[in-house]
Amino acid sequence: MTDLADLTIAQAGSGLRSGEFTAVDLLAAVERRAAVTEAHLHAYLTLDRSGARTAAEAADAALATGDPRPLLGIPIALKDNMVTRGVETTASSQILAGWKPPYDGTAAIRLKEAGAVIVGKTNLDEFAMGSSTENSAYGPTRNPWNTNTVPGGSSGGSAAAVAVGSALGAFGSDTGGSIRQPASLTGTVGAKPTYGLVSRYGLIAFASSLDQIGPIARTVPDAAALLEAVVGWDPMDATSYNGDLPAIAKSLDTGVAGLRIGVVTELSGEGIDPEVLEATMRIVDQLSNAGADVVEISLPAIEYALSAYYLIAPAECSANLARFDGVRYGLRVDGATTEEMMAKTRAEGFGPEVTRRILLGTYALSAGYYDAFYGQAQRVRTLLRNDFASAYGRVDVLVSPTSPTTAFEVGAKTADPLTMYFADICTIATNLAGDPAISVPIGLDDAGLPIGFQIMAPALGEEVMFRVAAEVERLAAFTERPRLATSKVVAP
Amino acid sequence: MTEWEAVIGIETHVELQTKSKMFCGCLVDSGDEPNTAVCPVCLALPGALPVPNKEAIEGILSIGDALECTLIEDSLFYRKNYFYPDLPKNYQISQYTFPLCLDGRLAVDVDGEPTMVGITRVHMEEDTGKSTHIGESGRIHGADHTLLDFNRAGVPLVEVVSEPDIRSPEQARAYGAELQRVVRALGVSDARLEEGSMRFDVNVSVRPVGSDVLGTRTEVKNVNSLRSMQRAIAYEITRQIEVLENGGSIHLETRHWDESKGATRSGRTKEGSEDYRYFQDPDLLPLHIDEAWRKRVHERRPELPAAKRARYAALGADPRTAELLVDAGDLAALFEAAVSAGAEPRTVGIWLTGEVVAYLRRENVTLDETGLSADSLVELAQMTGAGDLSATAAKEVLNGVLAGEGTPSQVAESRDLLQISDASTIETEVMAVLDQHPDAIEKIRDGDAKPIGFLVGQVMRATGGKADPRMVQDLIRRKTQA
Repeated sequence: MTDLADLTIAQAGSGLRSGEFTAVDLLAAVERRAAVTEAHLHAYLTLDRSGARTAAEAADAALATGDPRPLLGIPIALKDNMVTRGVETTASSQILAGWKPPYDGTAAIRLKEAGAVIVGKTNLDEFAMGSSTENSAYGPTRNPWNTNTVPGGSSGGSAAAVAVGSALGAFGSDTGGSIRQPASLTGTVGAKPTYGLVSRYGLIAFASSLDQIGPIARTVPDAAALLEAVVGWDPMDATSYNGDLPAIAKSLDTGVAGLRIGVVTELSGEGIDPEVLEATMRIVDQLSNAGADVVEISLPAIEYALSAYYLIAPAECSANLARFDGVRYGLRVDGATTEEMMAKTRAEGFGPEVTRRILLGTYALSAGYYDAFYGQAQRVRTLLRNDFASAYGRVDVLVSPTSPTTAFEVGAKTADPLTMYFADICTIATNLAGDPAISVPIGLDDAGLPIGFQIMAPALGEEVMFRVAAEVERLAAFTERPRLATSKVVAP
Repeated sequence: MTEWEAVIGIETHVELQTKSKMFCGCLVDSGDEPNTAVCPVCLALPGALPVPNKEAIEGILSIGDALECTLIEDSLFYRKNYFYPDLPKNYQISQYTFPLCLDGRLAVDVDGEPTMVGITRVHMEEDTGKSTHIGESGRIHGADHTLLDFNRAGVPLVEVVSEPDIRSPEQARAYGAELQRVVRALGVSDARLEEGSMRFDVNVSVRPVGSDVLGTRTEVKNVNSLRSMQRAIAYEITRQIEVLENGGSIHLETRHWDESKGATRSGRTKEGSEDYRYFQDPDLLPLHIDEAWRKRVHERRPELPAAKRARYAALGADPRTAELLVDAGDLAALFEAAVSAGAEPRTVGIWLTGEVVAYLRRENVTLDETGLSADSLVELAQMTGAGDLSATAAKEVLNGVLAGEGTPSQVAESRDLLQISDASTIETEVMAVLDQHPDAIEKIRDGDAKPIGFLVGQVMRATGGKADPRMVQDLIRRKTQA
């Protein structure tokens, strides 16, 4: 018999509604999975057992009345930079150790209203700054496919939890690839929606103009269902989109016949691992065989995307993280003066990567340097948007690998921040453009590690993006599960 | 001896009295317990986001419109970065390039001499919390600890920056007073200096007359009244001239006005300009103010104090009376009601700004509490005009009305103040007095006018002061003609 923790959200939903099992059973299965895998993975920072239990019981009561909400009773996990009322929220930073928020973020509210059962809060790179989930003040998360490797980041905890079955779905945040890259490295589906589609209220800000909350799931339809539960205008977020919503899940079964698909030249050559590239091109060929019109598209400005990103994101974060000063909440390290207290608190509370980015950003915004750095980065951003806009005049979606490599070993890139920054080379451009993108698993490399395929679409193009993603999922027929999810695990 | 000229520019902060704060739904503090009007947004909890308050935007646009600024179509919010414990985000949301209002002006008048003060910009920002330093000095240095109240944090704050067009402490005061009147007339803030809902930072420098180069300025803070602003500027001008004439130089610095010592003292030195690392706030989209919105704001503009003063003056009120009336909004309303019901403006203006103000002060009551109505003023003006009351008696009647003794005619009657202006009654009294003083008549006929006053006095005494003195005098002159 299938372990309930291995069900997709769609399967679990129909099982719950047909009465095969209860939401409490489902939660128990997921928590059992966590109990045997957490010692190896450290996907979670907090498991909210009592809150999850209460939600599961409420879901069972609602299910008994025939309540049809698709996420009712589904155990999901939230990245620990998403604020949850009364449940410790740290963004993996020492500076927020023990902080229990007095409010729920909008995404958390909407998920609770959808009847989802929030299992716990997942690990991340501190304040979402990183690509491996090694920059966590509470220790790294590991990849369930091979625990010597990283799960990617910064939403590595969410991705690992979904991959191993300690949640049926999860949410992460994506500032430069932080949902898609870990999804790629863990064999899961991860989507970054159009900027403004999901409210950022209650998402601990890293870089406000780039951050977006999005889902991680085992299948494309599951990711679509999760996303549908959280999208929509929010009066609490001035950058939230207030217009007609894309029909996210409408065309999942439509196929790609007649669609124009562009392969991004700059992301399908140099710097991409040959095995990853080969798998990507195999899918491109299959899409072509399935009736899509495939062309090659060049986005020249993409060459500068990484540099622009590493000015804009740190600049914004230097202000966003100024509020962590020991005055009102979180860590406080006493000092002889207020200034000294603030300085000591921040020096002790922030890890090295966060400190590095705050310093970078502060420098980039300084008088005399602003125009050369921040100003120039903004101009690159405009160029990049223009490149994307003209590309989308010719094709419906753009495709590329999600990550230039499969999962790398723990510690392999921590010594050199620049190598780590290159992990996001394929994903960063869409954040700068504000467009949606999704990663779908398409196979394993020779080492048995997952490869992800990225589909990018124009702003509010979620319908066509999910349509292509669903076809890629069918073509790839990726059914492998990480060893950690399928074998009897022994204590490490 | 060099002759010096002062160059003064004023930055004015005005707290808008909107219902809620600038970027969240918290109520604008009404003196509540500390830290009760707060929420995740104005406390800058992790994850919280700002959303602009439309009412505050309307408020600043009305100020910009009243100051004849250009209202900018697409305005931007910036982050002004600096660390301070009462600034929750450690950046203030403010404006930098593309503020809401640019290039305005405000006419001010010192002793009838008009000056036009340019307005550089009017921009929107948010207020900070309040720090209370506990310890001997009461200042941040040497404090044992500091208490923070965030009720004020995030209250909408408008900054009005003037051009350095002001040349004297008196002009500065007049500018401050006129700006305060404008803000009050718009109804967007009570603009109380002593309570900090209006605050001035004054930039002062001096230069030799005729020079077109600006001297090094100092920024004077902590002026909590118009009077102390005037004194502080006067002090600072004298100080700077003295320093320069003794071969010294002025340092770019912040100076604090000490009201009790009547002097400014050095505060922070500004090393060049501070680096606030302004950048556009990514949490807030450009604020689009379309043509229709700008038009609506302009159409809603109430009559401004200067226009109102001019109108009152045109009605016949003297300039000082007009100013007093306009500054006291409730008196102006009564003035308008009385005048439009037919009362003579000049007299009513003088009554309101004279007797009425004196009464309110003496009895420590408000105009509302006295129940003085426009009808009463009209009646009183009519009685005076018809000669039923002397000017002195009218003031006494007015006091009676203010004290709630009834309508003017009731008061005049009960206090027995009605003037005798019936010609035959007066003639009878005059003839009786003349009969008793034939010698006085002789003298008058001989060309000595002095006894006329004496005779008038006798008639007034005989009538208990109620005879119309002008009529009495006229009659005596006629009856004593040869």
